[in-house]
Amino acid sequence: MTDGLFTEDVLSRFVEDEAALLDDGRYDEWLDLFAADGHYWVPLLGARQADPHTHNSIAYEDRLLLQLRIERLKNPRAHSQHPPSQGQHVLQRPRVVSVDPEAGVAVLRTPFLYVEARGERELLLTGRYRHTLVREAGVLRLQQKRVDLLQPERPLPAIQLFI
Amino acid sequence: MFDRYRGRPDAVRALVQDDRVHRDLYLSEELFALEREQFFAATWNYLGHASQVPNAGDYLTQDIAGRPLVMVRQPDGGLKVLYNRCAHKGTQLVSDPCGNTGKFFRCPYHAWTYRLDGAPLALPLKAGYGGTQLRQCESGRGMVTLANVVVYRDFVFVRLSEAGPSFEDYFGDVLQAIDNLVDRSPEGRLVVAGGAMRNIIHCNWKMYLENINDTVHPMSTHESATQAANQLWAGHGPDDPKPMAMEQILPFGAGYDFFDRMGGRVLANGHSVLGVNFSIHSNYAQVPEYEAAMTAAHGVERAADILQRSPQNAVLFPSLAAKGSPQAIRVIRPLAADRTLVEAWAFRPAGAPDLLFERSLTYNRLVFSPMSIVAHDDVALFESMQQGLRADGNEWISLHRDHRAGEADTPVQTVNGTNEILMRNQFRAWAHFMTQGMEAVA
Repeated sequence: MTDGLFTEDVLSRFVEDEAALLDDGRYDEWLDLFAADGHYWVPLLGARQADPHTHNSIAYEDRLLLQLRIERLKNPRAHSQHPPSQGQHVLQRPRVVSVDPEAGVAVLRTPFLYVEARGERELLLTGRYRHTLVREAGVLRLQQKRVDLLQPERPLPAIQLFI
Repeated sequence: MFDRYRGRPDAVRALVQDDRVHRDLYLSEELFALEREQFFAATWNYLGHASQVPNAGDYLTQDIAGRPLVMVRQPDGGLKVLYNRCAHKGTQLVSDPCGNTGKFFRCPYHAWTYRLDGAPLALPLKAGYGGTQLRQCESGRGMVTLANVVVYRDFVFVRLSEAGPSFEDYFGDVLQAIDNLVDRSPEGRLVVAGGAMRNIIHCNWKMYLENINDTVHPMSTHESATQAANQLWAGHGPDDPKPMAMEQILPFGAGYDFFDRMGGRVLANGHSVLGVNFSIHSNYAQVPEYEAAMTAAHGVERAADILQRSPQNAVLFPSLAAKGSPQAIRVIRPLAADRTLVEAWAFRPAGAPDLLFERSLTYNRLVFSPMSIVAHDDVALFESMQQGLRADGNEWISLHRDHRAGEADTPVQTVNGTNEILMRNQFRAWAHFMTQGMEAVA
């Protein structure tokens, strides 16, 4: 069965659109990209980390926690957002690591630069994403967005938005 | 202007009044340099945990107050702390954060070698040193060992200065906070696990430490996170089982009355325990299999006593803050007057179910991660205060809440949980250890 969802172009476009939603601050639409059991994960060991349970993570969030984060950002009493932070993602072209249209699963790897600016400060983070996309009710959804930072264990200032 | 405080103990003491402190405490780079020389050298500071170096030759490097140190496990099972400096020219003998050095240290520059206790072992072209004064020189004696190191239930503390209070005299009863952490393991043993969250915060270290004892800020500071959590959790009954994250975040929204009633205790030398009656950690779901293991290990009464004690924070002044439940510590590592590194570590209590470790990890991730949901507002406000204090017109920081004349005469006292005496107590200890070895310039 090929429904056209698992072509390289469609998969790549998903990753690019996902980053664009974050850069535009359209967080509710971004959250809608996640599957019901989807997770956003920033491992503390970066690419070396095997799982989110035996070692800590900078972030490991299900839809409930992501929604909490998004609602907090909307709250006028989110003191850290006066002035608001702004994010900019710069992506390299996503590479398809594996694709199984029958099972409805694809994995992509995307090197990135991410800049988060607030007031006079800019924070530059880099690393690579690992998007696991699944077919859910005829569309692609994020089962997991994994963010493998370069040197995630180093001391970091606050990261306010979504990498 | 680098001579306002050096050699002037009276000027330093004048910064800490009975009920307020001067802004220079947070802003002055000269005071920060003096803190490194004097204050952090005279107090006992947390270095690391023995479980991080289980085998002979395992080492951990750590900078304390500008001194590069290496803690290393000895062949006889003991621990030593050495200055991480080759006796020859100063190369750091190990440069990884941790690892195993084998049976000896070998300098990568000229291959001078040292035993694990720092004693000199060998050097190349040995004949060339015959007839020289090397043996009589500091450089001939090997790596410099720290004389004052205490391993208390696997928590390793150091005092850099030769002079100063003994470990027991310095910490006294606040060591019960470490006992409580360790006794939460049915086997009486903790293992550091899960890695450290490392945050850089652009504020003075004392501001961060003060906030650990501050119970009046959560309602206003954390309003955005707790309102969002309450809104998402609305519609659930008070006894509905909560996801662990909700269980941990919702109590941050407790009112002033809750925090006042939790109680606090001050101890000599700046230490304190907040939440002596209860805390935001008191109502985590019970774990029957764990409680059974604790009862088997400690007996019914003692197990209940250990488990019902879950203070908000215990401060082992000036570098360590501990939470008994959810078994997390924060280590404060000052970098500059306006820059502080805060590490958060989790523990796995030996013999306890994985759920306890999961609580520790989850709490650290939600509250102490650089991507924390709760701490962004804290951090933004610390950085705001650090800037705001530069405003002229008022050079003082108020610590008046519940101040009573003569309170400093009672070094140990239990008070209401919103009392700023916990902070006043820290600053009194700061002034004491800053000035006790300071020579006055004539």
